Amino acid sequence: MRVLRHVLLSLGAVIMTLPFIWMVTTALENGGLSNFADAWNRVPFGVFFLNTIFITGLTVIGVVITSSLAAYAFATMEFPGRGALFMLFLSTMMVPQPVYLAPSYVLLAKLGWVDTYAALTVPWVVNVFSIFLLRQHFKTIPRSLYEAAVLDGCSRLRYLLRVVLPLSRPVLATVILFNTIGSWNSFMWPLVMTHSENLRVIQVGLSYFNQEMSSNYRLLMAASTFCTLPLLILFLIFQKQLVASYSGSGIKD
Amino acid sequence: MKLASRLSPLLYLLPALAVIILFRIIPILGSFVASLTDYDIGGLHGFIGLDHYRRMFSDPRLWLSLGNTVHYVLGVLPAEILLPLGLAVLLKNELKGRSFYRTIYFLPVVTSTVAVSVVWTWIFNPEMGPLNRIIALMGGEPLAWLREPRGIFEMLLSPLGITPSGFLAGPSLALVAIMIVGIWKSIGYNTVLFLAGLENIPNDYYEAARLDGAGRWSRFRNITWPLLSPTTFYVLIMSTITSFQTFSLVYVMTPPPGGGPLGTTNVIVFYLYQKAFDRFDIGYASAISVFLFVLLLALTMLQRRFGERKVHYS
Repeated sequence: MRVLRHVLLSLGAVIMTLPFIWMVTTALENGGLSNFADAWNRVPFGVFFLNTIFITGLTVIGVVITSSLAAYAFATMEFPGRGALFMLFLSTMMVPQPVYLAPSYVLLAKLGWVDTYAALTVPWVVNVFSIFLLRQHFKTIPRSLYEAAVLDGCSRLRYLLRVVLPLSRPVLATVILFNTIGSWNSFMWPLVMTHSENLRVIQVGLSYFNQEMSSNYRLLMAASTFCTLPLLILFLIFQKQLVASYSGSGIKD
Repeated sequence: MKLASRLSPLLYLLPALAVIILFRIIPILGSFVASLTDYDIGGLHGFIGLDHYRRMFSDPRLWLSLGNTVHYVLGVLPAEILLPLGLAVLLKNELKGRSFYRTIYFLPVVTSTVAVSVVWTWIFNPEMGPLNRIIALMGGEPLAWLREPRGIFEMLLSPLGITPSGFLAGPSLALVAIMIVGIWKSIGYNTVLFLAGLENIPNDYYEAARLDGAGRWSRFRNITWPLLSPTTFYVLIMSTITSFQTFSLVYVMTPPPGGGPLGTTNVIVFYLYQKAFDRFDIGYASAISVFLFVLLLALTMLQRRFGERKVHYS
């Protein structure tokens, strides 16, 4: 029975990895590594990478700041309308992005933000799910710790920075990982909100490259390889934590 | 001092609240308002009441895209639940290499949909793709995959002299190809959810059942399946909601003008995208958005209510 399990699981594993293997082997056909250089130079993938890194970095930093502050308020402070406000935040999570995509475009156009970095970052520096995760964790930190800190003359903000956040490293890591993956892979939003080539992120760049090169599969596979590589490496380093937090997130919600 | 401490929660909330209001609440409400207006490339022309909603009823392409979406959702759901459930059961307990398998199955989840779509487009390529080469090796007929507009039931049944048409012809082979990618990409995520669910079932139950002489199937039927049902339910809801919103797979695998052969891969979100950003018919696109929103909300509620009675919460 144990053998049968392994046979079935290995068969599944082969099916799951075959596309990746085909991607790399096709990319290496006829010329090997030169396909990568060729693909990289056909369109400004360097620019697309820098854009993506810049946007992902800004977004993640923004999410960490706004979520920590908001979660801190929701978890530790008493104020009128706290419950209702938290529900309002959560309810926005239930509305899928396509639903408000068109009005968002109109809004960004009115702000003069279409085709700017602002359009790709500012709307995404808040992530309600991250607020939720952090709030759940902040609530588990004993209140007595706060009272002791206040007696020592610690301010609220200082307490957040010096006590609460250091105690929340694993959750913060989850927040950073989730948002890095989300931002790196986001496609529909940047596709719609930018037009010029020098603002393209890699997902949009790769999709245009796919349309232009539709017959040159070696270059397409080479480009797909280097576009997925950074996240694959990130995943392999943090996979234990990531898989655990994905499953945790599913159950808590 | 008193005022300052009263205001401070607001200060902490302000950055998040400002973005939520400006970039979520306003656009969400905006889609409701815009759906009642004549907003197109020339700007806002005024309120037209429910005209867009009336137009939706008589828009055959909307119905086609809705039919495609329903095909897609119904097609992926069984596989997106049963395959991960099976994998999770296989992966359960102290199986050697468990975390290795889990990593492998999870790889497609973190890989970008665009890159995955580019790779699968090559796999499905009728002339040079690996899939048709394998089929040829096994002595089969090559298939057109992403360029095939015929429905799969039509293709399967026509040799028998039966030719179902319309919705009954089933999803086109092109859409089936996209479904395969959608399933492949989500298996790992759902497997991890099921694994977490399985871990919540106390081992004692299995021990007791084993002592009573219950076989493998009986243990699954009487312990795993009922106790896992909250997870199964959650997976069902989440998979339905995400597969209803499929966009990137369709956009990349059946590129512009888009929607695949004879529009057979044009799903609802892709149609919405076309209306909003190819035609710039913001008003009509917003009406479709509202429709999509109501549909998904109704689905969630229906499933939750229907589930309350059947699902076992321990």
